[in-house]
Amino acid sequence: MISGYAGKFLEVDLSTEDFKEITFNDEVLRNYVGGRGLAAKTLWDRLGTEWETIDPLGPGNVLTLFTGPLTGFFPGGRICVSGKSPQSNGMVGSTVGGEFGVELRCAGYDGIIVTGEAKNPSYLFVKDSEVEIRDARHIWGKDAKQTVRLLTKECRELLKERSPSYGEFKEPSILYIGPAGERKVRTAVVAAKWTHGAGYGGYGAVMGAKKLKAVVAKGTGPLPEVADMRKVKRLINAVCDKFYEFELWRRWGTGAAGYEVGARLSSEPVRNWQDEWHDEKTFGVDQFENRVWVKQSWSDFGCPTCCLKVAMVKTGKFKGAITDNPDYELQAYLGPNLGVFTPEENVFLASLIDDLGLCGIQTGNVLGFAAELFQRGILTRKDLEGIVLRWGDVEAFAALARKIALREGIGDLLAEGTYRAALKIGKTKKLDLLGYAVQSKGIGIGAHGIRSGKDFAHMISYACSVQGGDHTSTASLPLDGSGSELYAIFNDSAICCMFNTFGLRRMTRFEFYTAVTGLELTPEKWCRPKALRILQLQRAMLLLAGPDLKWNPKIHDANPDRFYEPLSSGPYKGRTTHRAKVERNKQEYYEEAGWDENGIPKSETLRRLGLRDIDKALNKLRK
Amino acid sequence: MTEKKEPIWIARELSRCSGCRKCEIACSLSHEKRIWPEASRIRVFMLVPGVEFPHFCAQCRDYPCVQVCPSKALSTSKRTGAVLVKPDKCTACGLCIDACPGRIPHLHPTEKYVLICDLCRGNPQCVKVCREGGWNVLKTVSRANRAYELYARKPEETTRDLAVKMYGEKAEEFL
Repeated sequence: MISGYAGKFLEVDLSTEDFKEITFNDEVLRNYVGGRGLAAKTLWDRLGTEWETIDPLGPGNVLTLFTGPLTGFFPGGRICVSGKSPQSNGMVGSTVGGEFGVELRCAGYDGIIVTGEAKNPSYLFVKDSEVEIRDARHIWGKDAKQTVRLLTKECRELLKERSPSYGEFKEPSILYIGPAGERKVRTAVVAAKWTHGAGYGGYGAVMGAKKLKAVVAKGTGPLPEVADMRKVKRLINAVCDKFYEFELWRRWGTGAAGYEVGARLSSEPVRNWQDEWHDEKTFGVDQFENRVWVKQSWSDFGCPTCCLKVAMVKTGKFKGAITDNPDYELQAYLGPNLGVFTPEENVFLASLIDDLGLCGIQTGNVLGFAAELFQRGILTRKDLEGIVLRWGDVEAFAALARKIALREGIGDLLAEGTYRAALKIGKTKKLDLLGYAVQSKGIGIGAHGIRSGKDFAHMISYACSVQGGDHTSTASLPLDGSGSELYAIFNDSAICCMFNTFGLRRMTRFEFYTAVTGLELTPEKWCRPKALRILQLQRAMLLLAGPDLKWNPKIHDANPDRFYEPLSSGPYKGRTTHRAKVERNKQEYYEEAGWDENGIPKSETLRRLGLRDIDKALNKLRK
Repeated sequence: MTEKKEPIWIARELSRCSGCRKCEIACSLSHEKRIWPEASRIRVFMLVPGVEFPHFCAQCRDYPCVQVCPSKALSTSKRTGAVLVKPDKCTACGLCIDACPGRIPHLHPTEKYVLICDLCRGNPQCVKVCREGGWNVLKTVSRANRAYELYARKPEETTRDLAVKMYGEKAEEFL
């Protein structure tokens, strides 16, 4: 057995209420590592032959909660959630912070595979090797904060009952969904704590479809044995020492970008990306710090950076709203993107989005889309059932967010996410509304625009990514360059928090992997063939897609139309993206990734990587 | 830091805790040679998100845990003031847990003895990592600075206090 793994995975069939422990052989673990990579392999092996017909929101989908060998060792605990995505119909590796992955590994499992669908709302309770499916009817419908409260209480009592002489158990760790996930809203998160979410991919809806309200884990054992503990300790210290000195994020988290990305980089969504620049100093992070932060440093397991803060509104209309920072993404998407420029209003919206179990990025994206339709008179007050959806009116946005989470009225359409909503509303209005949908392959684009050319994202970041609009996993040239999606795949598979890798020598992550697993790995050997193989798997599942939507690379390996409009204000006014350049970059990327001119992985590429079954499956796309 | 020769005590500013759990990592690495949160002698509780705090022995003046132990497994260190556990004598009966006003001791998850902070022979590793991180929740001070019977409180009690301090009356909804 390879060091650094607990050595087994838990498989749960909710339909039959059967459990079993499964293992992956060493070769699979060597190649696919864990998290996103192993999820890609698992999903393809189990669903590949019928991928196009599997409904992501049906009982046939498979939900994976996978740690990686670095979970718990690399500072900043995370776990990767995956399955067939109800957003892209492909497969997205979506990581979320917190102690869940650590608890799970201490319970003796590297991950959980959930299949089938429960008869009644249920939750899964894992205490070391004791596993049970428990009734969740009394928690169904509860918001984030109440779900955490009730499950923490109930499960601690269970632990006490079973081990009365143990003493006080620390709280178990919980992954759960809110009301939005329960209603299969495609912009729903799998949440941790109150505010953390695996948002990209829309796996909250997958849990909801399975009637799985939560997974609760308590592990009382140690993290797995590693190959070289002395080295692991040294590397933990090296990462911590570096990030203890990174004052910008330690002090302010990504919230430092709330003003800066708009004002300086001009790449922040403003009013559904009609602009990417603003100069509202009210949205500076110092204002958040001074006005709403009640905890300056809030971290997950072992993290030296503490990019999270706890925010609370103490007075006025929105008194009692609590969320984290908000981080840059939610600042942007539930702030300037909706014409909102005050910290208290932003905290209020973010808090509501948490409570409803929605993703702030995807929901902020669809709210902005709806508001632009209202601005243009395409959606009327009547369509919105009385809501006057003016930019900056947080209460109107809050009312619409509630409708989305509960799938009420117009909310039922918007709950499908921006892309599907654009198609559906466009059909009834007899208009092409895709021009207002700022997304890629069904996934709303993260809050980093490409037009100014000043931010990290650029012309093929989203167009060619296997995770669509996900800003944490973007495509770039050269394919094995440091900003490449292949390294994002490493972060999400071995599982290290991206924020504790910035500025770190590229080799450190791989040394970490070697110290934990005992397996030598260099960046070169990671990129080719390992990460490239995982990329092809994800690409294949994305292109096969279905059942409701398919992607044609010629049409859909593209930026949203909005990114080809000139920036309308700010220091980079007039800048835009050039279609011909995008096309050239796309072709270059296809070539580096071993795809043909139509964006389909070539036979020879797949065969070289040992992916013959994928090659066969893609034949039907090669006309 | 040089090892302190006089009896020590760990002063705490709980509301500064980031919840990074580096103290658990350091403690379990030092005592168990593994990263093992439930076997750590210092444990960070998060009964309400945002309200994380370390929970560990406060070295009471009268050491009720030592007094109640029927098998003489517990003693106190003259040098540091810490409670010391003799694993071979401990029967894991749990009486010390009930005697502790904060229900702080807990059983080793896999062995048959109780876990109580031993102050790392005067150089607590949790304090060291907390200081390195700049959180400074924990500070080693002379036992002369020990305030009367502080910190020996149940996790629920400390949670309530900190939650109210942080979230005001809203805290009631989360407790």
